[in-house]
Amino acid sequence: MAPQLEIQIIAVIVAVACALPGTFLVLRKMSMMSDSITHTILLGIVLAFFVTHDLSSPFLILGAALMGVVTVWLTELLSRTRLLAEDAAIGVVFPLLFSIAIILITRYAGSVHLDTDSVLLGELAFAPFDRMIVGGVDIGAKAIYTTGVLLLINLAVITLFFKELKLATFDSMLAAVVGFSPALVHYGLMTLVSLTTVGAFQAVGSVLVVAFMIGPPVTAYLLTDDLKRMLLLSGAIGAVNGVLGYQLAALLDVSIAGSMAVVTGLVFLLVFIFAPHRGLISALRRRSNQKIEFAKATLLFHLSNHENSEEEAAEAGVDTIQVHLRWTPEFTAKIMRSLEREGNIRLLDGLARLTDEGRQTSIRNYNTLFSR
Amino acid sequence: MKTQRSYAVEVEDLTVAYDAKPVLWDIDLKIPKGKLMAVVGPNGAGKTTLIKAMLGLLKPVTGAVRFLDGDSDVRTLKNRIGYVPQSGSVDWDFPATVLDVVLMGCYGKLGWIRRPRKADVELSRQMLAKVGMEEYSSRQISQLSGGQQQRVFLARALAQEAEVYFMDEPFKGVDAQTERAIVTLLKELKEQEKTVVVVHHDLQTVPDYFDWVTLINLRVVASGPVEEVFHEENLKKTYHSSGTLLRSVG
Repeated sequence: MAPQLEIQIIAVIVAVACALPGTFLVLRKMSMMSDSITHTILLGIVLAFFVTHDLSSPFLILGAALMGVVTVWLTELLSRTRLLAEDAAIGVVFPLLFSIAIILITRYAGSVHLDTDSVLLGELAFAPFDRMIVGGVDIGAKAIYTTGVLLLINLAVITLFFKELKLATFDSMLAAVVGFSPALVHYGLMTLVSLTTVGAFQAVGSVLVVAFMIGPPVTAYLLTDDLKRMLLLSGAIGAVNGVLGYQLAALLDVSIAGSMAVVTGLVFLLVFIFAPHRGLISALRRRSNQKIEFAKATLLFHLSNHENSEEEAAEAGVDTIQVHLRWTPEFTAKIMRSLEREGNIRLLDGLARLTDEGRQTSIRNYNTLFSR
Repeated sequence: MKTQRSYAVEVEDLTVAYDAKPVLWDIDLKIPKGKLMAVVGPNGAGKTTLIKAMLGLLKPVTGAVRFLDGDSDVRTLKNRIGYVPQSGSVDWDFPATVLDVVLMGCYGKLGWIRRPRKADVELSRQMLAKVGMEEYSSRQISQLSGGQQQRVFLARALAQEAEVYFMDEPFKGVDAQTERAIVTLLKELKEQEKTVVVVHHDLQTVPDYFDWVTLINLRVVASGPVEEVFHEENLKKTYHSSGTLLRSVG
């Protein structure tokens, strides 16, 4: 298999594997935790290495996954004291554990290939050099298999415990009442996130792991209202980001992981602006419509308040309304035109008068706004 | 004498505190089976805390809660306890439909891993119909009004098919239609001999909606049949107020 193709396959596998637990991180408002975990697991790897003296030992993965869970536990321990907020707790725990790892590496493991740059940015370009040989036959890049196993684990866990994850994320109290320990689900998910990080960062680096875990789910969140679809869409978006990122890197001859992270950000931005219901444009349009609808309701209410009163001539005068409401003449004219077209008001003798329908509309508006 | 089995919930010497500040102090409470009970008290009296402590969501400093046949662990009773949290306690932007949320009521009965089946979906739809929301089943939950959210939570609790229900301020901020729907449901639950414990804030409606009432403010001021304990004197003790709290008590 061509190395270019292998790199893209690895990227797609990692992207999908990250998007699955990432979706729940985003919904649990724990995105920053992934940033923390992706770095602190380094300490787990270093400590496990000191015990085993073997860089390919599976205990390294175990140590890293454990450190991920420890990170979450320490952060929550701090924030539960209520002496500092959760984001501040992350800001303390993450640099502390990560820096200890860096110091240990530079002081004691300088001769070993534990390179901090490749931890952060990954060496996706080198991934195809490490081959999987079975019975003397080369069956592809090793990373395809390690990340593939990771993807299978994530798929299996999230499929099996979909119901539990969904309930504990949406309403942890009901989960507790009906016997699904929210703490168990929480730490289970965190273990999965840690495992995913360990499995993925060797191939793509920790920055891209964060990008893959958070970017596609927040993008998908803007596009769908269904959790299953959000999971599928996150995976698909992550895969597309990986492939597009690779093409961009090849085109510009720049860092592969960097390009993938950039594409992830750009795709989010595009969706953020253009998404049909939750996007920026549609939100702005909705807000402007709301403003007009509210202005119409306000004008009707104003007219019905002053109907048949002494000051009606001034309050409801076609040319004086704007002075009373502090509206611009253009805006006032626009609102009145719209109300007249709908048959809610009639302009007569320089006065804006409510029609029967307008009176009914105003009462209806009032009732919907103030029905408890 | 009543035997233990005639109580749905027994609370014994329950104290819950945040640090050294008690929220509930030495609460003793017996709720007979089949009663519609209101929990009434001023803001900060510990009404929500009482419900959470009864459900085992908070760890008490002292005391214990026993359900039904003397079983103290809420987890072994998971299929018999229904819960309606305050609607503001969840994120309504969560990607789920109305039916998804009601289906969650069936999760406890299913246990770990097992998926909801056709029968569960059918049951959930029936419960939605009971709260007048059947045509909203595929509606995204973020598009619901406050009253509709509350009714969805009620339907979800009904889908739990529990024996004892706990509801935290179900009438809070709901429209008249929802209020009527909730009252009808409460009466229906009573006819089925279920026990319902409701945190309630509107004193005027207590005699109409409930037959049992507990007045609390840090401690239990009074608990019993509405016609016996729900009077001006007890209310003054609960609210530390000298003014008239009720326009009329039957």
